[in-house]
Amino acid sequence: MLKEIVFHGRGGQGAVTAANILASAALKDGHKDVQAFPFFGAERRGAPVRAFARISDEEINLRSEIKEPDIVVVLDTGLLSVVDVASGVKENGLILINTNMPPSHFNFPCKVATVDATSIAIEQNLLVSGIPVVNTPMVGALAKFLGISIEAIKEAIKERWRGEAGEKNAKGAEIAYNMVKT
Amino acid sequence: MIIDTANHIAALAAKMAKPAVIAAYPITPQTTIVEKLAQYVENGELNAQYIRVESEHSAMAACIGAAATGVRTFTATSSHGLLLMHEMVHWAALARLPIVMVNVNRAIGPGWNIWSDSNDSMGQRDTGWIQIYASSNQEVYDSIIQAYKIAEHSDVMLPVMVAYDGFILSHTSMPVDVPEQSKIDEFLPEFKSLWKLDIENPVTHGNIIMPSDYMDVRYSMNEAMKKAKKVIEEVGEEYGKKFGRSYGLIEEYMTEDADYVIIATAAIAAEAKEAVKKLREKGKKAGLARLRVFRPMPYELLKYDKMIVIDRAVSVGLGGVLYNELRWMGDVYGFIAGLGGKDVGYADIVRMYELAEKGKEGWYGIEVK
Repeated sequence: MLKEIVFHGRGGQGAVTAANILASAALKDGHKDVQAFPFFGAERRGAPVRAFARISDEEINLRSEIKEPDIVVVLDTGLLSVVDVASGVKENGLILINTNMPPSHFNFPCKVATVDATSIAIEQNLLVSGIPVVNTPMVGALAKFLGISIEAIKEAIKERWRGEAGEKNAKGAEIAYNMVKT
Repeated sequence: MIIDTANHIAALAAKMAKPAVIAAYPITPQTTIVEKLAQYVENGELNAQYIRVESEHSAMAACIGAAATGVRTFTATSSHGLLLMHEMVHWAALARLPIVMVNVNRAIGPGWNIWSDSNDSMGQRDTGWIQIYASSNQEVYDSIIQAYKIAEHSDVMLPVMVAYDGFILSHTSMPVDVPEQSKIDEFLPEFKSLWKLDIENPVTHGNIIMPSDYMDVRYSMNEAMKKAKKVIEEVGEEYGKKFGRSYGLIEEYMTEDADYVIIATAAIAAEAKEAVKKLREKGKKAGLARLRVFRPMPYELLKYDKMIVIDRAVSVGLGGVLYNELRWMGDVYGFIAGLGGKDVGYADIVRMYELAEKGKEGWYGIEVK
């Protein structure tokens, strides 16, 4: 079963890294094939960016953009007013948003899940240059909807960042995994 | 199994082939290959001379000089970098030096565009380089290892270019099985050149050739290119026996009973496999022949009644590059698509197939929709 995920974030928020961690964790969890890729445009800190991931139990031959995602991940609610994040999302799909609001606050043509990744990052002192790191908590929350184990996510995170940074990011992911609301 | 971008995988493959000299100049979307190689050299994982040059022309010139001393060399480029290198690209092949280069396919400007387009490498088709187009990160790895074995074969002695789509592969992470270094060493032993520049035993190369002899040089290159077909197949088979993944000049998918066979390269050819599945679900007998090797052109293997050629490159004033190389073979329909990174999904390829059934062809999305 092919699952296609689109991440919306801002340059510097780690949307591409999130897609890569997800792909790596999915592979660890026994899925046969994965892809993680960015859309490269005029990237700069703060600009809207997109990243993509595919997970499948068969060989993935697709090399095109994801137009009808199963899950859309929004790292920054400020994007909701500038980007049509629901574009193409499957009817039985899901939009996962980093927000302190409940899912009922949002009006989308599909299910919505929310998790306050920003607060989790601040509470866990998960900060880079004073800015909360939301990508790892969001991947943790996302794992829940893809049937990917939080252990695989944590392992993928710790492979990427050794030592304390890895531990902190892994913890942030686990907290988000447990706190995400639908 | 590791997971990484095609560029990092390309750098890893180049490292494991143990080149003695790398000369390179950065250009998007290739840059992360040579960055990674510079890192390998700096941290001691790769014992090579890394020459930072002032242009791609010099990068290839440095590889030519190094290769002429009988050592393995590597470089990587894209688009305008390859075009600036063009004179030296010819030089490397005419000097019969087994250089391996990666070209990450990118459109030519202006207007400036960093996305995938095969016009850069396909524009080098007459230079005497073998050209392999990869469709996955695994194939990028496997093809670079094989490229050295092909290039250095005594029947060939021609440089090899491994090409793949900018961003679509270059910056996309996919799982790749990487064999142990010792197994790669067994497959690809140290390069023993047939001749080399050696101060103990002086020879000249690149000297003047009078009209009476020049044709013989070109003839022998052409013969080597013909022999390369067998060598590419043998190397691909040997690789398969050792590592479980075999390669040939083309990869056929459901061609046996096909009414129309889609011919494509690189990423579009991978996507086309999905299109063939969808067309079969619709009851249409579609097939795919993924052209892995563009030079030497394995036209003798493309014996299909009806072909649909998808080009991501155009010879302005003639049409699709691949299409025009194959149209003499019979009932051939050509589509130009995906230039400058324009997305080509399986639904587009299904549509092209259905247009061809109606006898239509041309610039997809502009002339035919």
